[in-house]
Amino acid sequence: MLRLRNVKCFYGRIQAISGVSLSVRQGEIIALIGANGAGKSTLLQTISGLLSTWEGEIEFGKSSLAGLKPPEIVQRGISLVPEGRMLFPPMSVLDNLKLGAYLRYRGRERNQVEKDLEEIQDLFPVLRERSRQAAGTLSGGEQQMLAMGRALMARPKLLLLDEPSMGLAPFMVQLIVETLQKLKESGMTLLLVEQNARAALQIADRGYVLENGRIVLDGPAQELLADEEVKRAYLGKDYREFTDGRM
Amino acid sequence: MQEILQYFFSGITAGAVYAVIALGFTLLFNATGLINFAQGEFVMIGALMLITLWKVLALPLIAAFALSVGLVAVIGILMERMAMRTVRKPHPIVMVIITIGISIFLRGVGMLSWGKDAHSVDPFTQHAPLEVYGATLLPQSLWILGIVLLIVAGLQFFFKKTLAGKAMEACAISKKAAWLLGIPSEKMVLAAFAMSAAMGGVAGVLIAPVTMSSYDMGTMLGLKGFCAAMLGGLGSVLGAVIGGLLLGVIEAFGVGLVASGLKDVLAFLILIFILCVRPSGLLGAKTIQRF
Repeated sequence: MLRLRNVKCFYGRIQAISGVSLSVRQGEIIALIGANGAGKSTLLQTISGLLSTWEGEIEFGKSSLAGLKPPEIVQRGISLVPEGRMLFPPMSVLDNLKLGAYLRYRGRERNQVEKDLEEIQDLFPVLRERSRQAAGTLSGGEQQMLAMGRALMARPKLLLLDEPSMGLAPFMVQLIVETLQKLKESGMTLLLVEQNARAALQIADRGYVLENGRIVLDGPAQELLADEEVKRAYLGKDYREFTDGRM
Repeated sequence: MQEILQYFFSGITAGAVYAVIALGFTLLFNATGLINFAQGEFVMIGALMLITLWKVLALPLIAAFALSVGLVAVIGILMERMAMRTVRKPHPIVMVIITIGISIFLRGVGMLSWGKDAHSVDPFTQHAPLEVYGATLLPQSLWILGIVLLIVAGLQFFFKKTLAGKAMEACAISKKAAWLLGIPSEKMVLAAFAMSAAMGGVAGVLIAPVTMSSYDMGTMLGLKGFCAAMLGGLGSVLGAVIGGLLLGVIEAFGVGLVASGLKDVLAFLILIFILCVRPSGLLGAKTIQRF
């Protein structure tokens, strides 16, 4: 569905991604994990068109995404839930959701959009309760749900999520994870960037580990969860093993 | 008493025009964060176009009104496409200086097209002035107030009820977020330029019958509008209207009760005072709801 071949991204002269290849198949959840500054967000911004200075090949379906701007990429069926959520805080929850379907309103799909609006509010009941409230007054977890709901309003084929669990209480993280699983069951394809590697790998089908702009490891999520190297670097599981006998 | 009422009438008439100019500043500022110092020149072109189309070419008033405003909107669009979008590094100060350059250019075009003489035109309708407690209220004042009311209602409807209005507000809040949802931010900026220029055009059309119009009238009117927008709180539609009316009334009372030389002095004293004491304007930034 999505295929990256030898993608290199640049911020001015600085190279943030040096030759990444990865693929996402229909109906999969793919986890992209890695430390701060590994280039995970850069990669998502590149796919969604925000960062235009890249080389290599990005194919979605059968066509290349080269030179497309974010609105055109949304039109083709890729939506990004950005890091930090990027809501419109003074506008109501309902308006935020409606703007997510901007292109579809323009495409005369009004009836279908109204139906989806109900569906999204069924998926996130809290958004229905607070539909008239300003988005900025929601709690962090509710805002994350709104950001996801807003992106889903565009009816994407592929949903990119940048750190959906960032700064959330553990039970909220659990709720988000459950929602992602529901989305997968309904046939959605997800590319998930997470620092919370454990949560990400538990629901993912496959994972990629990014380090300094390169993919250093990839494979089925269960294998990555069990991998000693991943455990040491990203899961922090075996902390005791490192300190045992030294203290 | 009668005099006070008279000053008040002339104050709100001028103030309503300042309010429309201030709306032009506010619309553009909201969508792009830019201050367009060519706003006054849009007023000048609107006024002189109306005179040409209505008085000289004898078109019906409604057609002349619409054509003048439409032409000014087109100038706004051309300005965005040719002078603003082409800037490679859109640093705010660069953009502001470009708008000043454009204002000088438009003034030159105005002088070449309409000459250096001042022009005048009749009021929209030839009713007898109304007598209200001994003070006269000109029919043109009623036209101005009515049209300003319509514009404010129209803008409120646009921003509160239509998807395009909400999308424009979304662009103003975060261009990047709006882009990610598929909202074409370039088109929104272009629309904001057109709307803001059209506001200038409307102000020009409204003011043409109550003042002498010439190629150099824009600078002062633009600065007054800016002052009104700052007074009300830049970025708020309601603030622009309140700021404009207040400025007009203060000016009228200053001229009537103190000295006629004070007219322009007062506006700029207020501007300096606002910038020093309360840069967020009367409806301070926290209480302002954008649009």
